[in-house]
Amino acid sequence: MTIKLNGRSVKLPTGVNTVKDLLDHYNLENRIVIVELNKQITEKNQYTSLFLSDGDMVEMIHFVGGG
Amino acid sequence: MTNRYSRQELFQPIGKEGQVKLKKARILIVGAGALGTASAEMLARAGVGSLMIVDRDYVEWSNLQRQQLYTEKDARNKLPKAIAAKQRIQAVNSEISVDSLVADVNGLNIDELVKDKTLIIDAVDNFETRLIVNDAAVKHRIPFLFGACVASYGLTFSVIPGQTPCLHCLVNHLPAQNATCETVGVISPIVQIVAAFQVTSALKLINGHEVPPMLQSIDIWENDRAEINAGSLRNPLCPTCGTDATFPYLSYENQTRTDVLCGRNTVQLRPGLGRTLPPLEQLSEQLKGRAKDMIQNPYLLSCSFEEYRIVFFKDGRTLIHGTNEPAKARIIYDRIVG
Repeated sequence: MTIKLNGRSVKLPTGVNTVKDLLDHYNLENRIVIVELNKQITEKNQYTSLFLSDGDMVEMIHFVGGG
Repeated sequence: MTNRYSRQELFQPIGKEGQVKLKKARILIVGAGALGTASAEMLARAGVGSLMIVDRDYVEWSNLQRQQLYTEKDARNKLPKAIAAKQRIQAVNSEISVDSLVADVNGLNIDELVKDKTLIIDAVDNFETRLIVNDAAVKHRIPFLFGACVASYGLTFSVIPGQTPCLHCLVNHLPAQNATCETVGVISPIVQIVAAFQVTSALKLINGHEVPPMLQSIDIWENDRAEINAGSLRNPLCPTCGTDATFPYLSYENQTRTDVLCGRNTVQLRPGLGRTLPPLEQLSEQLKGRAKDMIQNPYLLSCSFEEYRIVFFKDGRTLIHGTNEPAKARIIYDRIVG
């Protein structure tokens, strides 16, 4: 499936079906991250149950500590 | 004579009136590393009337690649960043007031630092200190402009107490040390971008313009950017900005005495209540014959001891380079200081 991730079209590999899969795919599973799915911020406890669909708009921002 | 701020005053959203507001503004910059030096220079040139810069570290060669206020001379002399930054900023704009403090920001001294400030710029390098500053900002109802970066990636958010979520709402807990550890380096363009966002928000807030609760991120190398309206993340039960706020990080600091400086193989020791470091002069006498490569300036004493490099600061802190084990650092400290 193809989603819009941070404004860009991204074709996801098979097996990436949920928000949790997406975070794993980008190695962000252990990071503090805020995910917006179709303009709605997702709760952490929904990551495994929220399935992505073709054409979804996802914005993903992770926190870093440097400065 | 042309006014030094003429180009900024011609910019309509600021104007002559805005320039007067900037002159009256008092800004605290927490941290004088990459983000802090970039913000400080822009704010000083913009004519912000009063800047306070606080930093715990000293200038090293590896800083010069991106920390724009420092020179090779500062690195050679191991000048504390707060001192070197103040000197350079004052040379850039002698018409403003610049104060600086060589200290570790913690739950005990932050109240005094934020008091009476117009806003606070975040330029620290770790989450623990950020959450301490966030607590104090919310407690005193002062806008706190969060910014962070690593590698080619950075993000910003403006915390406006009473209006937006605070940093504690957004991150929810202190991340594990390894998640904040900087081992992947950083390039200067992302520093400039993050600082530019922070300073723009500062200029807007001082001039009474609205700053929306947007969490923004950019990866300058990948040319990737994201933006999330985080307004809905304001948590009514947040221990920092909720209805029954306890400001947990202001007391949290009481418990910690050693910090591992991530990615630097360094431990910082802070003397607990009731224990102080002898004056640097006395310490340098005491170390003669036992320590090598001693460098002393009015702010710190640096020396080599066995395979470690040790830096004692006038404010009582000690950095032990060459280990990232707090227990080992304490043993070395006790051996050398006694």
